[in-house]
Amino acid sequence: MVTQPRIGVLALQGDVPEHLHALGEAGAQAVAVKTLAGLAAVDGLVIPGGESTTIGMLLERYGLMAPLRERIAAGMPLYGTCAGLILMAREVEGSEQPRLGCMDITVRRNAYGRQVDSFEVDVPAPELGGTNPLRAVFIRAPQITAIGPEVRILAEMPNGPILVRQGSLLGGTFHPEMTEDRRVHAYFRRMVQEQ
Amino acid sequence: MDTEKSTWRTKVGLAEMLKGGVIMDVTNAEQALIAAEAGAVAVMALERVPADIRAQGGVARMADPRKIREIINALRESRFEIPVMAKARIGHFVEAQILEALGVDFVDESEVLTPADEEHHISKHAFRVPFVCGCRDLGEALRRIGEGAAMIRTKGEAGTGNVVEAVRHMRAVTGGIRRLQSMREDELMAEAKRLQAPYHLVVEVARTGKLPVPNFSAGGIATPADAALMMQLGAEAVFVGSGIFKSADPRPRARAIVDAVAYYEDPKKLAEISEGLGEPMSGIDIRQLEEKQLLAPRGW
Repeated sequence: MVTQPRIGVLALQGDVPEHLHALGEAGAQAVAVKTLAGLAAVDGLVIPGGESTTIGMLLERYGLMAPLRERIAAGMPLYGTCAGLILMAREVEGSEQPRLGCMDITVRRNAYGRQVDSFEVDVPAPELGGTNPLRAVFIRAPQITAIGPEVRILAEMPNGPILVRQGSLLGGTFHPEMTEDRRVHAYFRRMVQEQ
Repeated sequence: MDTEKSTWRTKVGLAEMLKGGVIMDVTNAEQALIAAEAGAVAVMALERVPADIRAQGGVARMADPRKIREIINALRESRFEIPVMAKARIGHFVEAQILEALGVDFVDESEVLTPADEEHHISKHAFRVPFVCGCRDLGEALRRIGEGAAMIRTKGEAGTGNVVEAVRHMRAVTGGIRRLQSMREDELMAEAKRLQAPYHLVVEVARTGKLPVPNFSAGGIATPADAALMMQLGAEAVFVGSGIFKSADPRPRARAIVDAVAYYEDPKKLAEISEGLGEPMSGIDIRQLEEKQLLAPRGW
């Protein structure tokens, strides 16, 4: 029997309970992380949806940014959704906001407009297994406007990628934790197990 | 691809994204930037903070659209892309239509403004923009959710700098939920009648043990300890109104309240966070207020 991987959800701000619930359903042991000791005790980490400026500031103020970068450089799998993806992006158009900058992508914040333009849509996702489309929920969502050569697209819409992977890094512009479909969290759980 | 805009899931979803954060009242572009730099997850764009509304009296209405645009533009130009909320009067659905047209991200149908209707609230499902509404107890929360509120905040007593009513209202909501959870199914209809709440929502809360939308706290939070108290009592995020810009030194206080909400269950960190912030806003003893001066009873 394969042991359950221990996956943390960065719990400084954002939709933490939804990710903990989704990871649990996807077969992981899910824990909230907000300290160095908490970070040291997990095999993989999710950065949830929320406000990327708030989460980035708190990572710096509480001395978590550098240790988190070290864990990522040492190969710890990381999955960011929405705000989490922005924090992972090497380039954020027009912004110098504090972030990890670990993934070779460029993102545009709030690319679809204001909250009234938030939307959901069915997207084909053969890379995640199963034939059903994925219901993707976009909330004041960013857009991935450029990707580096090492970045692989796992799901996309006509205007660009929405789920991308670069080695042990996974990033998405939408919120699978807001639906009942656990394929993205299960994919990340397998990434952690394979590490 | 058939995209669906402004679904219930995207409305409640934005509320979920604000969890663990602080939403700050601001009255101009400068204050909006101070709030964003401190780490606010959203700002509430206002003409006057509740303490001034209370002091000045008269009819309190939706802010001038120019004021709201000024705050939206200031945040966008400085690349802080945090959501902007604004208040409409209870029942004033045209103020809400105007706020939606301005591109506000959340409308607060608020008891802090003078009610426009003393019987009905806005029918909120009909709007594309999500709404937050205040409540004093579980029945009021479920009535507002029934009308389409995608976020609930306990009311507290705005503009007083006194957390006592916020505590009372949060305990009333969480206590009401625990009471529902302890009930037999055949007791829920009578309880729905007692709460004056939609039966299907009463059944849902009895089953899940939580409101169907996020539950934040507002009204009287003035210190990091107040914010952490509300989080430990079950709030998922906090609104701070007059507490920041009516204090002696808004910048460090704003930042400290953000930090206190992130680390609300860590007393050692809270001690460091609370140190040397200068004078908080001077508060009001609620028992010295007359019934007609209270804002929280507005809402039906």
